[in-house]
Amino acid sequence: MLHTGAHKLNNALGQALLARRLGKRRIVAETGAGQHGVATATVCARFGFECVVYMGAEDMIRQAPNVERMGLLGAEVRPVEFGTQTLKEATSEAIRDWITNVETTHYLIGSCVGPAPYPEIVRELQAVIGREAREQILAAEGRLPEVAIACVGGGSNAIGLFAGFLDDAEVRLVGVEAVGAASLGAGRAGVLHGSRSSLLVDDDGQVLDAHSISAGLDYPGVGPEHAFLRDSGRAEYVGASDEEALASFRRLAATEGIIPALEPSHALAKALELQEDLVLVCLSGRGDKDLSAVLSR
Amino acid sequence: MKTLAIYLMCGAATPKLAEAAVEGGADIVELGFPFSDPLADGPVIRRAGERALDEGMRTAACLECLAATRRRVEVPLIPMTYASLLEAYGYDRFATAAAEAGATSLIVADLPVDAEPGLRRVQLVAPTSTDERIALAAERTDGWLYLVTVTGTTGARGDLSPALRTLVERARDLTGLPLYAGFGISTPEQAAAAAAIADGVVVGSRAVEVAADGPAALREYVASLREAVDSAPLVSS
Ligand SMILES: Cc1ncc(COP(=O)(O)O)c(C=O)c1O
Repeated sequence: MLHTGAHKLNNALGQALLARRLGKRRIVAETGAGQHGVATATVCARFGFECVVYMGAEDMIRQAPNVERMGLLGAEVRPVEFGTQTLKEATSEAIRDWITNVETTHYLIGSCVGPAPYPEIVRELQAVIGREAREQILAAEGRLPEVAIACVGGGSNAIGLFAGFLDDAEVRLVGVEAVGAASLGAGRAGVLHGSRSSLLVDDDGQVLDAHSISAGLDYPGVGPEHAFLRDSGRAEYVGASDEEALASFRRLAATEGIIPALEPSHALAKALELQEDLVLVCLSGRGDKDLSAVLSR
Repeated sequence: MKTLAIYLMCGAATPKLAEAAVEGGADIVELGFPFSDPLADGPVIRRAGERALDEGMRTAACLECLAATRRRVEVPLIPMTYASLLEAYGYDRFATAAAEAGATSLIVADLPVDAEPGLRRVQLVAPTSTDERIALAAERTDGWLYLVTVTGTTGARGDLSPALRTLVERARDLTGLPLYAGFGISTPEQAAAAAAIADGVVVGSRAVEVAADGPAALREYVASLREAVDSAPLVSS
């Protein structure tokens, strides 16, 4: 099922098993870039679950190929046409559906956000990234990386990568946000979607719009564990601009023959600026879905 | 007597509307302080919140609205909002400012019972709450327990939720506090049926809709709820 194109599948597959164990046969999910929606639709097809994916109307335009993919996989994609019409509202609508139909429905959240225990569930399911990356780099290089770096939207690929290196104090952990969606870099404490974390909020606690060329990073909140790692100093968080991400997208394609998703292109941009020799980047997904967005710039 | 609570969204017209609701027979008025992402609310209250925010109803303006309402009515006034507003304002500071503006208590829809134990507020329980959770909510709540009749958000429903009876029975075994039922109650018939089981009812979405037609319409609507609630038998369960 890796053809779904992003790390989102690790989590979708694990939660589908949980849903089966809970005896629930209907799944709701939110999606921004559509990657999590595709992963969810895929596992639902495989397990025979009914699947409803909420997606902001604006994102449905930006990520049209993924909307079609979800349809092919048998999922119903419901447009969310109020507020920012992006991931924030899609998440709210998925949660409203879930709390209404909780007897039959599992909410398959796509990142390490949401009410407890979701941030922990998603971290555990994505921790496979860090575990395998650690083994692989030890096998390939005979040592740990000096830096492990990943993009941060809700933060699931990053927390999964970091999980493998948290206890290795010598490994620098760096998360890269979109500058227009820098919940950690520019946020303050707030409560959204059932968790208290660092958020883009105004002086009154009203949640602000996030802006990023990459739909998967366009979320004003972030997993609470990242706020904790920032405050404890164990991880650092920096921002990359749309232009920096676009430049790395093109550069990786041209130099390595790998077309990355726009989300990890943010991590690639900042990896290029690091002084260290051995840097581990989490390439959380591939870029087919972003071609039209990139080529139109 | 059974209690009738009416929910209104804060706005320029709200003090007059609250007065009309009280004239119609409301015992308690809940005042919505709008939040950008109201997870517990269905479309009617969500849209009312969006309009209120567009009109500038931020925390300071809502506190003024509360104070202006307090000058017109004597019934308990309860701000209902979301934790992000308190997080930004400061929990203690918010509680103090609300009390100074005339609030009787608070409802914070997305603050779990075990969070911020120092903040006195009315606790909510739902059909999915465990007995342990209901007992804790009853122990910590401020005067009465808010029974969410449905699994789901605020908003009118076709029928009174069948889950309410069981929830009332479970809560009665755990506490002697008054139990008021809300979410999904919009017609006088539903209000009467809910009041026959619980100690009071809370009406939100439909009141917000009627309030758009002005104080006279709201007074009449609340009076119809009052009559329905008073027709309910006094001894419940
Ligand atoms: C390829 C890819 N990377 C990263 C993300 C951001 O999510 P997270 O921060 O939870 O890893 C997304 C979200 O859609 C994505 O599709």
